[in-house]
Amino acid sequence: MLETIWFALWALLWGIYLALDGFDLGVGILMPFLARNENERRVFHDSVGPFWDGNEVWLITAGGVTFAAFPTAYAVMFSALYAPLLILLFALILRAVALEFRSKLANPLWRKKWDGILFLSSLAPALILGVFFSNLFIGIPIDQDGVYHGNLLMLLNPYALMGGIFFLALFCLHGALWLAFKSVGQVHMRTAALAKKLWLTTLILALAYLGMTAFHTDFFHKPGAYVPLAIAVIGLLCVRFFLGADRLIEAFLSNMVMILGTAFFGFIGIFPDLVPSDISPEFSLNIHNAASSPLTLKIMFGVVICVVPIVLLYQWWVYRLFSHKITDQDIDGPDAY
Amino acid sequence: MDVVWLSRLQFAVTVFFHFIFVPLTLGLSLIIAVMETCYVRSGNEVYKRMAKFWGKLFLINFALGVVTGITLEFQFGTNWSRYSKYVGDVFGSLLAIEATVAFFLESTFIAVWTFGWNKVSKRTHAAAIWLVAIAGNISALWIILANGWMQNPVGYVMKNGRAELADFFEVIANPYAWGQFFHTITASWMLAGFFVMGICAWHLLRKNEVDFFKRSFRFGAHFALIFAVITAAFGHLEGQSVAKYQPAKLAAMESFWNTEAHAPMHLFVVPDPQNARNIVEFGAIPSMLSILAYNDPSAPVQGLLAFPKENRPPVTETFISFRIMVGLGGIFILLALIAWIWRNRIENHRRILNILVWLIPFPYIAIMAGWAVAEIGRQPWIVYNLMRTTDAVSPVPSGSVLTSLIAFGVIYFILGALDIWLIGRFARKGPATV
Repeated sequence: MLETIWFALWALLWGIYLALDGFDLGVGILMPFLARNENERRVFHDSVGPFWDGNEVWLITAGGVTFAAFPTAYAVMFSALYAPLLILLFALILRAVALEFRSKLANPLWRKKWDGILFLSSLAPALILGVFFSNLFIGIPIDQDGVYHGNLLMLLNPYALMGGIFFLALFCLHGALWLAFKSVGQVHMRTAALAKKLWLTTLILALAYLGMTAFHTDFFHKPGAYVPLAIAVIGLLCVRFFLGADRLIEAFLSNMVMILGTAFFGFIGIFPDLVPSDISPEFSLNIHNAASSPLTLKIMFGVVICVVPIVLLYQWWVYRLFSHKITDQDIDGPDAY
Repeated sequence: MDVVWLSRLQFAVTVFFHFIFVPLTLGLSLIIAVMETCYVRSGNEVYKRMAKFWGKLFLINFALGVVTGITLEFQFGTNWSRYSKYVGDVFGSLLAIEATVAFFLESTFIAVWTFGWNKVSKRTHAAAIWLVAIAGNISALWIILANGWMQNPVGYVMKNGRAELADFFEVIANPYAWGQFFHTITASWMLAGFFVMGICAWHLLRKNEVDFFKRSFRFGAHFALIFAVITAAFGHLEGQSVAKYQPAKLAAMESFWNTEAHAPMHLFVVPDPQNARNIVEFGAIPSMLSILAYNDPSAPVQGLLAFPKENRPPVTETFISFRIMVGLGGIFILLALIAWIWRNRIENHRRILNILVWLIPFPYIAIMAGWAVAEIGRQPWIVYNLMRTTDAVSPVPSGSVLTSLIAFGVIYFILGALDIWLIGRFARKGPATV
């Protein structure tokens, strides 16, 4: 029972991470295509400035909780997927530095270089997260000792690549919705228009990915998976509805629901496994053979149940505090990027 | 090449690089919090300028500290998966608690502080930097509780082929870890004091904004002096803790081979671990080691020969790191005292100002040396007397580790150089632009 609760918490933390960091990754990816001058680039930067750091901590927490609650799964998952995880890590490092260093000098070449790095280091995590989770969904070649018998190319199978592209589109849509909400004038018009196109792209890719999921996995044999799937579908439809009505914050929140629904669809799909083995189901790491002792699970449950709601409250407060639309005045301000 | 060796090297590179940025984050956040509190209480704009100027340097430093910290959390899984599997039940929870209780707080409120100057009240703004400072230091506590458990594993039972948590309270009350924690954070606060004094000294030598930098200098001088002394005191207690829990490390720190009562301390030693002896021993202070380790001149101190060869840490590295740390620690107390005494007319003491500028890197070196003692001195164990480092690595090919090690080397070198260059640039610019 405790293990099942922990599986749900584990899924929730990953879901929150994707739903939050997704938009600032999307903003970084869209910037070279949508921002036409320095002022507009600063709008892009300012739209994520106060948030990206707090968002990324959800990844640290999701990783830390994997370590604490399912240490064997953490050990196998991270060592088996060594190369993609380290690329993800390097991307996150460079991204943070690009965001922080860019505005420190006025030199256009300096800024251009960091903008380029921001684009690449936002693109890579979006793709890698898609590839990473898709491989978990179909299982990876691990033996009874959790030793990985594969290589990097095997991780880049068609299903995983489809997952990567789907995540990419989803995060771009998420970023465009956020930007449309946060900006005014030209940038607002352009991002809102793009969001509509990205919505259609995401819908098509979602259907394709779902079709491949039906083919490659047994998720559709699990009645529980239909609930989050329905929520994801409703979320995505609401995105288009609210976009059409120019209610952007609602559209953005709907897309968060869509991302959470998608994440839970996948996690309920693999439940009770955490890291399925495609060599033999006996070698899969599941909530029973990978979990921590009941004592550790209990203590960590107490910590998470007490602290995470508080975190959500103060992050909510910070989002409210900086929810204003970014105008020229903000960009000229002393605290702007 | 050997995957154990490569993984150790990678961990050493990434953890030491991380620790270039952490101590200043821990100490400077506190100094800024005190400055901004002065602003809130007095309304004097100069304190606001101080908070902004030092805050700018703080933020550049902070960025790299955060991202290089993520590396470490990932690496237990990527490179030390057998370790993670074996002790994750105890160790993993400490890391997870760190993220939930401290890291969120720090990362969220740093944004309030950075972007909130015109958005929240003065008091709320000052509260934000206090939260950042407190969260950073709490973060250090949980990380050091995790490291302390590797040094002195407590509160666990061996069950199901791994170490499982038996008593959480025992883990968080680990006396060894608390000793390490206080020694580390006070050293970090001292480092921030010397950092502030060094930059002030640079400007005072050039007579820039004398009032601004003299005021800032006084904050730095207080921090440096108070915490140089306290760090040394905690260091002494930490040494006694090592004597009690890790006698092999203590023997390596002193390059002490034969167990004896009335153990002397030698001022100058050249270790010869190959032949299990010292080539040179000079300047013996009778019974000093016994007194330092056990407060008792007749207490026997275990020598390295009391431990089987395969259980001895690398002697020369541990010994030299320890001497560097202690030697520098002594110099810090002396210089902090001089700077503090002359703090009100420091601009007239150009020689001491010059020394303080050049001194900026040395607290970093001392802290690194201290961690080298802690980590090298624990070898050959990853968890003392419980798991060997050689049994802890991931089953990954050495080629992968070599590739990632080179990538870390290149990326970290470039980012580190840029970061230090940027801090230097903004430090030299002074507060005119903030």
